[in-house]
Amino acid sequence: MKVLVCISHVPDTTSKINFTADNSAFDKNGVQFVINPYDEFGLTRAVWFKEKQGAQITVLNVGRAETEPTLRKALAIGADAAIRVDADPSDSFYVAQQIAAVAKEGAYDLIIAGRESIDYNGGQVPGMVASILNFPFVNACVGMEVSDNEASLIREIDGGKEKVKASLPLVIGGQKGLVEEKDLRIPNMRGIMQARSKSLDVRAPQEIAAKTSTGSFTKPAPKSAVKMIDADNVAELVRLLHEEAKVI
Amino acid sequence: MSVLVYLENWEGQFKKNTWEAALYASKTATMQGTEAIGVVIGDINESAEEAGKYGLSKVLHVNDAALASFDANRYAQAFAHLAQENNASTIIISGTFNGKALAPALSIKHNAALLSNVVDLPTNVNPLTVKRGVFSGKGFNDLSSTETNNIVLFVPNSIPLEEGSGAASVESASFASADEKTVVVESIDRVKGKIPLPEAERVVSGGRGLKGPENWTMVEELAEVLEAGTACSKPVSDMDWRPHSEHVGQTGITIKPNLYIAIGISGAIQHLAGVSASRTIVAINSDAEAPFFKAADYGIVGDAFQVVPKLTEELKKFKAAN
Repeated sequence: MKVLVCISHVPDTTSKINFTADNSAFDKNGVQFVINPYDEFGLTRAVWFKEKQGAQITVLNVGRAETEPTLRKALAIGADAAIRVDADPSDSFYVAQQIAAVAKEGAYDLIIAGRESIDYNGGQVPGMVASILNFPFVNACVGMEVSDNEASLIREIDGGKEKVKASLPLVIGGQKGLVEEKDLRIPNMRGIMQARSKSLDVRAPQEIAAKTSTGSFTKPAPKSAVKMIDADNVAELVRLLHEEAKVI
Repeated sequence: MSVLVYLENWEGQFKKNTWEAALYASKTATMQGTEAIGVVIGDINESAEEAGKYGLSKVLHVNDAALASFDANRYAQAFAHLAQENNASTIIISGTFNGKALAPALSIKHNAALLSNVVDLPTNVNPLTVKRGVFSGKGFNDLSSTETNNIVLFVPNSIPLEEGSGAASVESASFASADEKTVVVESIDRVKGKIPLPEAERVVSGGRGLKGPENWTMVEELAEVLEAGTACSKPVSDMDWRPHSEHVGQTGITIKPNLYIAIGISGAIQHLAGVSASRTIVAINSDAEAPFFKAADYGIVGDAFQVVPKLTEELKKFKAAN
């Protein structure tokens, strides 16, 4: 089975987010970048396929050279090869078209992307890739087994879960549940050494026009000061929620 | 020209979320100087005429065996067809689980720009411009479309629901099913009696301060009296005290209820990212230095095991009196 795992290069979850002085872009200064957490669950699930039933894993990022340490980390975790499409990921449509082109050329059986990336939270790329390629699509996927070209999957729905079957090739938007938090792997020294000699293929992008343009960035308005209520006077909280906040 | 909106139903029932989408669409249509048309798929147990109260004059009802269970590609095909038939350049979808799966597939089929994670009504219609959440609640961005066809995927609870009067006319519609690669649904497992988090208007959430899964009864009791959904912090879901589907925060679900009550949650930046859009936040924590107090509207420093049952009691009294 050939697996393509799409990797976003995103600020660490603990990052304080700042924008440039003119508010036109995210300020990368002093920010630590990691594999998008939603993608990491999918990557780890792919490594399990490799270990248990055999799979060839390629990781893919659409980005500039700055994302290579993130791809090397994915290689150290257990991917076999990496591809970087050398372009600025201008919007989800642009990125999805680049991924679809790589997927078509490489004839992958399974394309795993995170349900969303924690930077721009679009949640668009995996569904677009599936539609471009006319592959079945399962979003918010929390469980996946594959045998004989057929996948059994579990996806989250409003207020529950749904079990589905789909034939390969297939695209999923993954999240926690594909593997658990405790199953995530920290690359060991051997993995890091091996990753250095694995292939990282840099490709030129397809010519695609983005469909959106980003304007100004803002931060949420700061909360006004908290009103503290005495633990012995809980009735006062109920009164405030009713009369002041008007939420009950 | 027209605006199309997906009026989603759950086992034949419409929800507040459905009408929020209807209202979002009719307001967008007014901005564009056109009308909004609803789309209902599958068997329903109540009348779609109700959509008239939220500004829709027409609803298309598609009841086709090919759409009996949800599939992103097949549903996208149906919507693309209806959009073309009704000359709709803008399609409005609420960010439910199915909505989030449908919108990207539809954007390809409808040759549309997809504006997602949208937190308010469009700020401009030419070009279509929206305010979207970025960095999991840590920022916002103005995003404009460069296309004629557009899809807006908004976050549930983004606009207040206003009920007007009127009834929509309901017409049946069909679509030509082509060869789409679909998934086959084998079984559905819905948790009964729980309010799904993304649409919950009130949410009660517990953290490590509750010391163990056996102590969640008081959280559930408080949620019950408030008719609230229950949620938890990441460590709680990681330790399997509560299911993943309850994890709110940067790598879980982002929510924006009217009321969020955080019990025994310190308020790490990753957690705040997922809940800071809540209109009113109450933090209950034994540690007066907990960062959550800086992000909350109301705070109580105290032992959750004493404060929470008291709060439930007081709310019961309040409900009985009002």
